[in-house]
Amino acid sequence: MKKLIIALLISFASTSVFAGSHSPCGVTSGSINILANEFTTYRIFMDEVKSCAGPEADFNVTHSVDHNKLQVAALSANPAEFSAKLVTNGSITPLMNDGLIRPLDDLVAKYGSNLNDNQKITIDGKIYAVAFMANAQHLWYRESILNDLGIAVPSTYEEVIAAAEKIKAAGVMENPYAGAFKSGWNLGQEFVNMYLGHGGEFFKSGSAQPNVNNEKGVAALNMIKKLTELSNPDFLTQDTNAVKEEWESGNVALMHIWNSGAASLLDDEGDQNIKADTRLAPSPTVGGGSKPATTLWWDGIAIATNTSDENAEASFRALVGAASSTDLANNNPNATVWLIKGYTPGDTAGPVVDAASRGTTPYPSFPHMSLMHGALSTELVEFLQGNESAEKALADVEAAYIAKATEQGFL
Amino acid sequence: MPHRTFFWFILPTALAMILFIGLPIVSSFFQSLHIENEQVLMEVENCDPFGCTTNVRVDVEATEKIEAENPLGRFNGFGTYTDRNHLAFDEIREAWDNKTSIGEFKDTVLNLPFYKALLFTLTFCFAVTPPVIVLGFIVALSVNTLAKKLKGFIVFGTILPMIVTPLIGSLVLFWMIDSQGIIGASIQILFDDPNLSLKASSNLTWITLIIYGIWHNTPFAFVVFYAALQTVPQDPLEAAFIDGASRFERVRFIVIPHLYPVATFIMLICLMDNFRVFEPIIGFSAEGVAQSLSWMIYQDLRNENKMLFGSAGATSMLTILGIAFLLTPVLIRTWKEFKTER
Repeated sequence: MKKLIIALLISFASTSVFAGSHSPCGVTSGSINILANEFTTYRIFMDEVKSCAGPEADFNVTHSVDHNKLQVAALSANPAEFSAKLVTNGSITPLMNDGLIRPLDDLVAKYGSNLNDNQKITIDGKIYAVAFMANAQHLWYRESILNDLGIAVPSTYEEVIAAAEKIKAAGVMENPYAGAFKSGWNLGQEFVNMYLGHGGEFFKSGSAQPNVNNEKGVAALNMIKKLTELSNPDFLTQDTNAVKEEWESGNVALMHIWNSGAASLLDDEGDQNIKADTRLAPSPTVGGGSKPATTLWWDGIAIATNTSDENAEASFRALVGAASSTDLANNNPNATVWLIKGYTPGDTAGPVVDAASRGTTPYPSFPHMSLMHGALSTELVEFLQGNESAEKALADVEAAYIAKATEQGFL
Repeated sequence: MPHRTFFWFILPTALAMILFIGLPIVSSFFQSLHIENEQVLMEVENCDPFGCTTNVRVDVEATEKIEAENPLGRFNGFGTYTDRNHLAFDEIREAWDNKTSIGEFKDTVLNLPFYKALLFTLTFCFAVTPPVIVLGFIVALSVNTLAKKLKGFIVFGTILPMIVTPLIGSLVLFWMIDSQGIIGASIQILFDDPNLSLKASSNLTWITLIIYGIWHNTPFAFVVFYAALQTVPQDPLEAAFIDGASRFERVRFIVIPHLYPVATFIMLICLMDNFRVFEPIIGFSAEGVAQSLSWMIYQDLRNENKMLFGSAGATSMLTILGIAFLLTPVLIRTWKEFKTER
C-alpha cells in the first residue's frame, strides 16, 4: 500500500526522459481499436491516446458502460474485435482466465522506458497490463450544508447515517445520501466495499467455496439498508452517472462514489454554486473497523492476444504514449490520481492516497470473483426492499454463486 | 392444393426453417447438457501499484489442454436444468419437507430465480394480452368510423407505439415516470404523496411494465382488427340496421363473430410476444424486481464476465417448452376450427 504513496512522492521528483528508447507516438501502420468504460477521465485519456497515435493512424475507440460484459466475447473472437482494452484490477481477471490478453514485456522494453515501475502490472513474472490511474470510491459532501447544521465531516458510516438523518430532520433535503445502488454490478460493488470494511473474506481460505453468509455479511447488508433508506427511493435504478446527476441537481449532501467522478463533478459546466460547495473526504470506516469500507482500483491498458502483432504494437504505442504522458497528468491533475511519472497530484487525489495509506484492500482478483459479484448483483435486491431477511439474501447469494461456479468448473 | 404441389411450395420455407430455427435449437439443447471443463488454478505472485500479493489465477495452458481434449465441456446431462438457477428440484423438495405452511413453501419457491422469472413472465403475459385485444378492437372500431380524410393520419398516430423500438420507448417512459419527470411528478401531485415513486416498489414497477406492454402491443391488435374490419360483409350489417339493431347489437352479433378467428390469431401472437418480454425490463432498469425468462438468458450471456452457455441453453429450452405449453390450447382450438371449416 505504501508503494503508492512512495510512487506518488517519487513522481514529484522525477522528470520525463525518453533517452535511448523508441518514442511511442506517431503510429503509421496497423490499426488501433480500443474498448473502454465510459466516464469523463477515460475520455480525457483517450483524447491523449488519439493525439499520440497521430493523424495517420487508423484509430477507433468504443466507450461503453457495458465493457465488462462485452470484453470476453469480443476478445475471444479470432481475430478479436478490439486490439486493446482498458482494464481494471476487477475486469482483468476474466481476461486472464481465458488467456485473452498478451504479455507485454517486449513492448514495454521497446516503448515503456518512461513508465514508473509500479505502473507495470506483473502476474507470475510477466507484464500483462500497464496501469495509468488509481481510483477508489470515497465520501463526497456539501460543505455549506454540513456547516450550517454543525455536522463534522463523517469518518465512519455510523456518522454518515447520523449526519444524513440530521439533514433530513432539519428539512434541508428529503434524501440526503446517495450511492450507486443500481441492481447489478453497482449494487454488488457496494456490498463488496461494505463487507471488506467489516473485515470479511469472500471465500473460505484456499478454495472457491463462498463465505459471505456470516455476521459480517449481515452487518454489511444492514448498513447498506440504512443508507438506502436515506437515499432517493429510486436507488435501485441509479448507477454512478445517475448519482452524479442527483448531486449536480443539488438533491444530495453526502455520497460515496468514485474519485474519478471529480472530472465531471468539478468541471465548469452546470450549477457552479454546488460545485464550489463540493468537498471530497476519505472513505468512512464501518463497524469499528480500521480499514475504510472501499476498494482500491487501478485502471490500465491491456492488449488482446487474438490480434495481429502489428495491431498490438500500434495499439500499445498509442496507449503507452498516453500512459506515460506527464503533460496529460499535469494538465488534468484533478481528473483522477494518475500513476504517470512526473505527476503532481491535484487537490482531489487525497482520498485515494488516504485509502491506500490506511491499508484498504484492493478489489479481490480471484478468478471466480466475478461470479461472486454477479450473484451479489441479483440476490440482494429483495432484502433491500424489505421482502427478505439478510441471512436469507446471503444464503441466496451463496446458492446462486455455487450453481454458477459449478457450471464454470471452479467447484 | 394437392399434396405434391404443397410439398414443393413449402420446401424452401421448410428448409430455411430447419436451417435457421431447427438447427440452432438442437445446438442450444446440446450445449445445455454440458458444463465448462474444470478450471486448473495455480498460485502466482501479482504486483500492481498497491503492492505484491500471492494470488490464484487460472492456469491457462493446463486449462486449454483440457479444453482441446474436450471442446464441448463436461457432460452434465440434465444437471443444469435441475440446478438451483433453473428448475431447482432439490431446493423445492427441501422446501416441501421443511415447510410449516403452504404460504411459506410458495415464498421459498418464488424466491428461486427461475420461478421468480416465470411468475413475472406469466403475469405479464396474462395481464397484457386481454387488454391488448379489447383495446385494439375498440380503437379499430373507433378509427373505422372516422371520416376518410382523418383516417390516414390517425392510423399513423395509433401505430406509433409499435414503430418505436421497445428499448427506446421504454427508456423515454422511464425518464417520464422519474419522480422529476412529467408523469412521475403529476402522479405525486395527484396522490399528494411527494415520496411516491413508480420505480421504487416492485408492485408499482410491475404495473408500470404491464401498462407499457399494453401501450406497446395495442397497435398490433389494432392494425389486424382494422384490416379485418374492412372484410366484414356489409349486407348483414345493413339488414340488422333496417331491423332496428343498435350499434352495440350490430357489433356484438355480426362484427365480433366475424372477427373471432382474427382475435384468436392476435391472442396467439401476443402470448408468444409477451412470453419473451425483455426490452422493457432493461429500459425501465427493472431487473432488480422484475425478471423474465428472456432476461435470465441475457443475464447468463451478458451480465456475467464469462458466458454461461449451458445455463443460457437450458433456460432457452425451458422457454421454448413454456411457449409450446402456453400455445397448445389456442393451437388445438385453431385446428378444430380449421377442421370444421373444411
